[in-house]
Amino acid sequence: MMAGRRRRRRVFRDRLTEVLFAFPALWAFATVILVPFGYGIYLTFTDWDGVGARGSFVGWQNFVRAFYDGRFWHSMTLTLAYVAVSTVLLNVIAFGLAYALTRGVPGERVLRAGFFAPNLLGGIVLGFVWQFIFLRVLVHLGESFDVAWLMKSWLSSPTSAFWALVVVTVWQYAGYMMVIYIGGLMNIPGELFEAAAVDGAGPWTRLVRIVLPLVTPATVISIFLSLQRSFMVYDVNLALTGGGPYRSTELISMYVYRKAFVEQQYASGQAQAFILFAVASIIALVQVYVGKRREIEA
Amino acid sequence: MKAWRIGLGVTMAVLGILYLLPFVLVGLNAFKPRKAIIRNPLALPDAWNVENFLQAMEKMRFVESLMNSLIITAASVALIVFFSAMAAYVLVRRPTRLKQFIFYALVASMLIPFQALMIPLVKVYGSLGLLNSRLSLIYMYVGFGAPLAVFIYHGMIKAIPLELEEAAMMDGATRRQVFFRIVWPLLRPTTLSIVILDVLWIWNDFLLPSLVLPDSARTLPLATYNFFGTYTVNYGPLMAGLVLTMLPVLLVYMFLQRYIISGVMQGSIK
Repeated sequence: MMAGRRRRRRVFRDRLTEVLFAFPALWAFATVILVPFGYGIYLTFTDWDGVGARGSFVGWQNFVRAFYDGRFWHSMTLTLAYVAVSTVLLNVIAFGLAYALTRGVPGERVLRAGFFAPNLLGGIVLGFVWQFIFLRVLVHLGESFDVAWLMKSWLSSPTSAFWALVVVTVWQYAGYMMVIYIGGLMNIPGELFEAAAVDGAGPWTRLVRIVLPLVTPATVISIFLSLQRSFMVYDVNLALTGGGPYRSTELISMYVYRKAFVEQQYASGQAQAFILFAVASIIALVQVYVGKRREIEA
Repeated sequence: MKAWRIGLGVTMAVLGILYLLPFVLVGLNAFKPRKAIIRNPLALPDAWNVENFLQAMEKMRFVESLMNSLIITAASVALIVFFSAMAAYVLVRRPTRLKQFIFYALVASMLIPFQALMIPLVKVYGSLGLLNSRLSLIYMYVGFGAPLAVFIYHGMIKAIPLELEEAAMMDGATRRQVFFRIVWPLLRPTTLSIVILDVLWIWNDFLLPSLVLPDSARTLPLATYNFFGTYTVNYGPLMAGLVLTMLPVLLVYMFLQRYIISGVMQGSIK
């Protein structure tokens, strides 16, 4: 009898512990992510302008309007171009760095740490660092050595400002993706190389036939992260170009931010944010799906 | 050592120096007066003058911003790891349908970008009068940080052998005791990786604090941004401000470099 009651009390106490354990994190998750997410869906069907308590119901109008918003599409296509170029360059360079720094060269550890260093700092700081480089240092170099394409600041024309954004993004994240590729490369057993070398495979064949297929899991993760981060970039955009010159380099996050918090068209901005979310996740998920299939084949 | 290895090493070292050159240039120009920077941003400073730093510290309210960043980051990260580990533990042990559903919801939510949440977030918390406060910001970080942390802990806790816990339960330990005496200590390496990932994120975050914090309680990224907005072309103090913002992080990095890189490696692979 006594033992049974004590057991029941303990079971009750353990259940209580469970609830208390799970509650804080799940409550914060629900109120910070789920509630705004649900409310965000509702908002896209209203015309709330940030002032009144709530807007009236307008159906799909915000999405239709986004569809006919030339500026929105300009920003979206610019972002897609930026994402494509950055993701490719980023991963090629990151893999190159990772491969070079797993060959057993002297000072490997210090070099890895050096290439990773930009990732310790935020986009705001990095954007300003490069703003100085583009406005002052490169222009100075161009004038000193008479290099035409450096004499005018890259930040002063739309096309070159776009490439300035790409340069900084690639520079910022190459070290991060390098770390992921190093993780993948270190998982490849050394015997495979020896066996291939015995079979007479040259360094290039070994790279293409053995290393690249075996490193696919790391590639999938790295491309996924590159896509995610470059789609959502805001800080570097803000600090480096501020969207200029003449709003020509306003990537989609900045566009949505302005729509909502500057132009006060909250509902419209929210609809566009969801379009961004849909486009980005479809591309990212397709990438993971295709990558995983190749992983199985490899 | 083979010749190609040395050649590759030298090439990589040169590349590495070029890679970090922007930081060096900012550092050098932080000591120069405005005119000297405009004349030649590549030259060494004539004198190691700290005038710019003093000005930047005052205008950025550096000490105050640094303290704000420290408090917000430390409190948020501590709460994230602590609450997430507990929640993950509950979700793993004695699984039910509901728990599984919650776990999937957490994982799926990681796909939602902040941009898709920021407008309703500001609306909801604004109408409750909860914006403009450091506490709200910390609370939001717990919400945004929980999914990834729970996900990583979930995987690790699953790998802990159940017999260990059962033995302790036989000896009369309660769930709470089992968690704090057995599970939590075993999770230490995981906790370290999550702490590293979250510190890097929260310390450098700009968008969320810019929406939630009042002007009187800026973090370092906000102070830097504001400083650049109001000081536009006076490069000397601006460069000094950047150095001041970067220095604490780079100092920590020198000592914890190994852990940071392996933390990122483990955190991203999951």
